[in-house]
Amino acid sequence: MAGLGACTLGIGLALLGLSPSTQAESLSLQEIAPGVQVHQGAHQLPDTHNRGEIANIGFIAGERCVAVIDSGGSPEQGLALKRRIEASTRVPICYVINTHVHPDHIYGNLAFKSAGVRFVGHHKLGQAMAMRAPYYTERAPSQLGFQLSLEHFVPPDLPVTETLDLDLGGRTLHLTAHPTAHTDNDLSILDRKTGTLWLGDLLFMGHVPVVDGSLNGWLAEIRKLRAVEAQRVVPGHGPVVAAWPLALTGEENYLKMLQAEIRVAIKEGKTIDQAMNELGRSAKPDWQLFDEFHKRNIATGFAELEWEDD
Amino acid sequence: MKPCIRNLLLPLSLIALVATAPATRAEGEDETAWNTGLKQKLFADRPIVEDQTVAITAPYRAEDPALVPLQITSQFPQTVEKYIKNITVVIDNNPVPFSASFDFTPESGKADIATRMRFNAYTHVRAIAETNDGKLHMAKAFVKASGGCSAPIGADIEAAKARMGKMKFKLDGDKLTLGQPNPLQLLVSHPNITGMQMDQISRMIQPAHFVNEVKVSFAGKPILTAKTDIAISADPNFRFYFTPNQAGELKAEIKDNLGNQYSATQAVAP
Repeated sequence: MAGLGACTLGIGLALLGLSPSTQAESLSLQEIAPGVQVHQGAHQLPDTHNRGEIANIGFIAGERCVAVIDSGGSPEQGLALKRRIEASTRVPICYVINTHVHPDHIYGNLAFKSAGVRFVGHHKLGQAMAMRAPYYTERAPSQLGFQLSLEHFVPPDLPVTETLDLDLGGRTLHLTAHPTAHTDNDLSILDRKTGTLWLGDLLFMGHVPVVDGSLNGWLAEIRKLRAVEAQRVVPGHGPVVAAWPLALTGEENYLKMLQAEIRVAIKEGKTIDQAMNELGRSAKPDWQLFDEFHKRNIATGFAELEWEDD
Repeated sequence: MKPCIRNLLLPLSLIALVATAPATRAEGEDETAWNTGLKQKLFADRPIVEDQTVAITAPYRAEDPALVPLQITSQFPQTVEKYIKNITVVIDNNPVPFSASFDFTPESGKADIATRMRFNAYTHVRAIAETNDGKLHMAKAFVKASGGCSAPIGADIEAAKARMGKMKFKLDGDKLTLGQPNPLQLLVSHPNITGMQMDQISRMIQPAHFVNEVKVSFAGKPILTAKTDIAISADPNFRFYFTPNQAGELKAEIKDNLGNQYSATQAVAP
């Protein structure tokens, strides 16, 4: 182990010679509809190189207020997003909306904290932050390459129980707090002015969907979401914009396949280990990061579906 | 010393970790916690031999740190003359390393246990088996808790709370095979909340609430008795064996740390 340490130290330091915040400094935004700007995250696992800056984040600007939607995967990315917003408009930031608790969507929150900025999230977001913060905080230095403290977890001071309309001046955002799906604290945003539906991680494209809530619940939400009238959708991971509701198809097919195969495995008396190793392998060519998340999706789904008949 | 080239295969994250965070460099690969107090605290000065009495199967990479399948397999059948009395599971680098302790009897047939556990860190997990001669035997495995967005808590606490106390037995083929070890699964619905949280963030705190005792008997005789802690995943799940010699009733009784008690029975026959 001593030899290994000495060898890797050099390589590690050389890597550190590169600016760790390269990605944040060059934060790119695309205007996908008038006043709706999205930064595209890359399909990567969070690590010390990308610093967890892997999700689609951005903002919607009205005449009176800007609403940030997801603050980024690192405190620096939050700062970079804030600078880009301030450089592009004189309209002040009034809201930071978090679509859910995952680190790549909330770690930039602190950059926006100031008088006059309200933090908006699902009514269960605060609780989810509290429960995950000890683990997330402990793992950030080794996994993401930065320190986190309590302050970085800015919980919503405007919690959404069912729906909430935010008036940005000349446009109103319609927020919906969903029952357990991707997580137990998913929030979606509909900008009626442009027909843009921002789904956060309720929609994965390209990046394999990650079940951290409820497989059955997510499929139920997808069915309901199909009825939402919109022109386009912003996924949490994937392109900055996609056609609605066609964009749902890949994710729905994958989750339906998981549900069907897990149900059969449970009926056949298979163990969770067997299910994790055997099920759904045929979907692998369709998705990026399949090996990283598919097995955990089976585990989560299996533990849930064991109880679905009760 | 190993050749340096091998290190090129290391993931970038680990390389950077070595450079930036020397204090956490080991990430659990050493056994400091076990050797500097944990072993002493749990087993005092009793000698523990690493041998083949039990084998432990855990994934090297935990796909979901909230749900890590763990299997402990004994290497000989349970007989009145020679059997495993107890298996204690310890996860070195968890906030509460003591994870579970399972008591077996000759009626268990086979002292195997499979369950699902939470892993908070890169860590060794160890099974310490006590044979009926009072000797302690150990097997261990190293588990890397997966990264990403996961956390070692339940995915849907509300759903588990809503059906709290429900239990199910699953017997292969739904009937007994007499005179030999029968595999049995016990499913318990319980949110098993760890209580680990930063209370300052939210007023909606979730205090620790977990199953801490499980008793399973067949025809009035104990076949598995367990003491469990917060490392057991939400909706605790146990797979183990028992050897029936006639038809009878399976009974499970569980208690949690808040004093709730639940029980379930199921009649089974050949």
